[in-house]
Amino acid sequence: MIIQKNIAQETQCYHCGDDLPNTPYVLDSKSFCCLGCKGVYQLLSNHNLGNYYAYNEVPGQTQKNSKSHFEYLDEAAIAANLVDYTDEKVSVITLYIPAIHCSSCIWLLEHLHQINPAIMQSRIDFLKKQVVITFKNQELSLRKVIEILASIGYEPLISLQDVVKKQQSDHSENHLIRKIAVAGFCFGNVMLLSFPDYFGLSALEQEFRTFFGWLNLAFAVPVVFYSGRDYFSSAWYNLKNGILNLDFPLALGIAVMFIRSIVEIVGNTGAGFVDTLCGLVFFLLIGKWMQQHTYHHLSFERDYRSYFPVAVTLIDDEKERPLPLNELKVGNRILIRSNEIIPADAILLKGEAEMDFSFVTGESLPVKKVLGEVVYAGGRQLKGAIELEVVKPVSQSYLTQLWNNEAFFGDKTMIRTFADRASKYFSIVLLSIAIGAALYWILQGETTKAVASFTAVLIIACPCALALSSPFTLSAVLSIFDKNKFYLKNTAVVEELARINTFVFDKTGTITNPENTGFSFDGHITEEEKQWVNDLARNSGHPLSRELVKWLNRPSKYTAVKYMEKVGRGISGVVNGQELKLGSASFLGLKMKTPTQGAAVHIIINNRYLGFFCSKQQWRAGFKDLIFKLGKEADLHLLSGDQDQDKQTLIPFFPRAQQMHFAQSPQNKLDYIRNLQASGRKVLMFGDGLNDAGALKQSDLGIAVTDNINNFSPGCDAILDGASFQKIPMFIKLAKDAVKVIHISFAISLTYNAIGLYFAVQGMLSPLIAAVLMPISTITIILFTSIAVRLYAKKNQLL
Amino acid sequence: MNILYLLIGFSILLALIFLAAFFWASKTGQNDDTYTPAVRILFDDEVQEKNDDIKSDQDHT
Repeated sequence: MIIQKNIAQETQCYHCGDDLPNTPYVLDSKSFCCLGCKGVYQLLSNHNLGNYYAYNEVPGQTQKNSKSHFEYLDEAAIAANLVDYTDEKVSVITLYIPAIHCSSCIWLLEHLHQINPAIMQSRIDFLKKQVVITFKNQELSLRKVIEILASIGYEPLISLQDVVKKQQSDHSENHLIRKIAVAGFCFGNVMLLSFPDYFGLSALEQEFRTFFGWLNLAFAVPVVFYSGRDYFSSAWYNLKNGILNLDFPLALGIAVMFIRSIVEIVGNTGAGFVDTLCGLVFFLLIGKWMQQHTYHHLSFERDYRSYFPVAVTLIDDEKERPLPLNELKVGNRILIRSNEIIPADAILLKGEAEMDFSFVTGESLPVKKVLGEVVYAGGRQLKGAIELEVVKPVSQSYLTQLWNNEAFFGDKTMIRTFADRASKYFSIVLLSIAIGAALYWILQGETTKAVASFTAVLIIACPCALALSSPFTLSAVLSIFDKNKFYLKNTAVVEELARINTFVFDKTGTITNPENTGFSFDGHITEEEKQWVNDLARNSGHPLSRELVKWLNRPSKYTAVKYMEKVGRGISGVVNGQELKLGSASFLGLKMKTPTQGAAVHIIINNRYLGFFCSKQQWRAGFKDLIFKLGKEADLHLLSGDQDQDKQTLIPFFPRAQQMHFAQSPQNKLDYIRNLQASGRKVLMFGDGLNDAGALKQSDLGIAVTDNINNFSPGCDAILDGASFQKIPMFIKLAKDAVKVIHISFAISLTYNAIGLYFAVQGMLSPLIAAVLMPISTITIILFTSIAVRLYAKKNQLL
Repeated sequence: MNILYLLIGFSILLALIFLAAFFWASKTGQNDDTYTPAVRILFDDEVQEKNDDIKSDQDHT
């Protein structure tokens, strides 16, 4: 077993599982892909933490591109902001570590005290990817703690926006669970005490009737005043604002049931409705809890602050010191090291800037900047350190000013759900039936019957099943979406999804696959010649060369000599004795008859023209099919931040050319969505980068498409894994079906209400009928909605 | 039949104790993380020598 493992790992790094280079780093007869991985292994084995590799194979993360700087953590002000608790002896900090992914991670991070005894305790919350560390702050600084984590490959993400999900945020959910517990406790006991009455008590047992009645009443008190309190406050609040929502008849039902039970039990005239009351509140709260579906590992509220560092290195009188980002001012000179993010628009003063703007645009090809050029905030420096002068404050930069837009203030207009609209009419009809019945009996001269029928109508028509149909249907849909890697922010999004009639796509990163830019070769080339091209292009830093090397995907075999590069035009050199030239047509002195689509790399070997590699954007799998299906029923638009070189290839997909827009700024995108909405459309926006954040926020439904859901995605209503991109039409179909299911279950619960009302208006509703009807209707609804949603999901091939 | 009063009293008392236990558990955060403890319990005890963990590995296979 062990031996087999070793053989399998000989081509892989022992730490991270990456392919080994030609000359791997070897230690203890284990091979590593880079010094970083070897360093982590060494550190762990020195501290007797070798078990890390026993629980999982290759548990580590590649250490090739790390090395961050944490000097800023020595600033007391910054550190104080980050820790949860500190006194003169210990500090506690909660950190978000994206790298946490397996049981080895848990094991290692909970044994940090073996690396440094000053760490007293570390506990992981795996689903939230968080670790809580308690450490002795006299012996160990916060910076040291973070550096220990970084040194073993678990660098925490520290950013301006709170990425740590504090326990406080769970408070409302905790409250709800306690209310459910109380309601469930009372419901169970009340049922136990009510059953004898259902079956009839013999004369001998009559003395128990009052005893049970009073006990029931005692159980009803916490149910009404603790568990059911929210319904009263919500109904009252809405009534004050002139809205009749479903909480109003619910609160009315609860109140009437409680009062009538008191009257009956105290006056010894009946058993009261306490069993129905407790059951009602219990089921309602469960429905509410189902609706509060949360994803521990996802956040839908992120903005640029999650991406930006907490501090930057300021250059002040030739000295470097860390500066909190919110103190950064125009005119400051900052130092950005390799792999750091530019926090504000700035002018490049020194160094070679090669920026990766994939956070901002989704475009993964790096961009080169020359001295004196403005570099926009959000770019990540790839090579070496650079110096810049800030020209705009952080919040006013090209990218970040988007968040000053009004779309970001206040919540999105509350999505109007079907239940909200229906409940208004329901309440009105219910009240008029109750009053009508009461009036009828008053006219007949029977006041007791009038009171009985009035209260009975309000009790029996209490829309419990109605209130449960939406939460149960929608949460069933949510869990099906969840299995298909489509994560919704809340249940209301499903109903919104069913109403969408206009789709807007971002191009780069959304409909194209950022991972795979493909090439096609036009002409004839042998494998050996490809090898030569590979070995020559390897030397160039030009994006196209890099992509080509990545696509050719082979190890280097020869070294290139006499290497020459004309920046941005082409390269030449001698590989294996062959003279190679790669580059643009003009560089090679060729006259092309037809311009190529996409960028072309022409190849000349030994003065013989072989042809050219043509780069083509790879659409996501199933894109063509998707567009065809969506296009039948809805309007499709394209908004791209890029220039229009891909316009020709996109025309088959977007037949109306005027609905394709290129070179759009983030603000343009937002405005475009707003214009569409002004013409009465329900807009769904697909985006991925921060530049889509405004459009995602403004649209009726913003969906962030990402290839790794653990990566950051901008604030949105839903997150879609790129692998499920082609399933979008099915998702929309299922959302529409779900709305249908809600409608049908409304009809079912109204039927139950009608049956109950038949007894109620005649003033002959017994507690037993109420106690039977309420649970039956509730269970029918729960069963119907979950089964119907699953059937529809099967039909739509989502299960 | 009067014993019923006592029995019902006991049964409710017992139920109340369970309710209180649930409240205590939820207050002390025992339900906050329902995943990690399940993994944590499967870790072996500390091994002093490096060779030991290979042995224990073989025991499992």
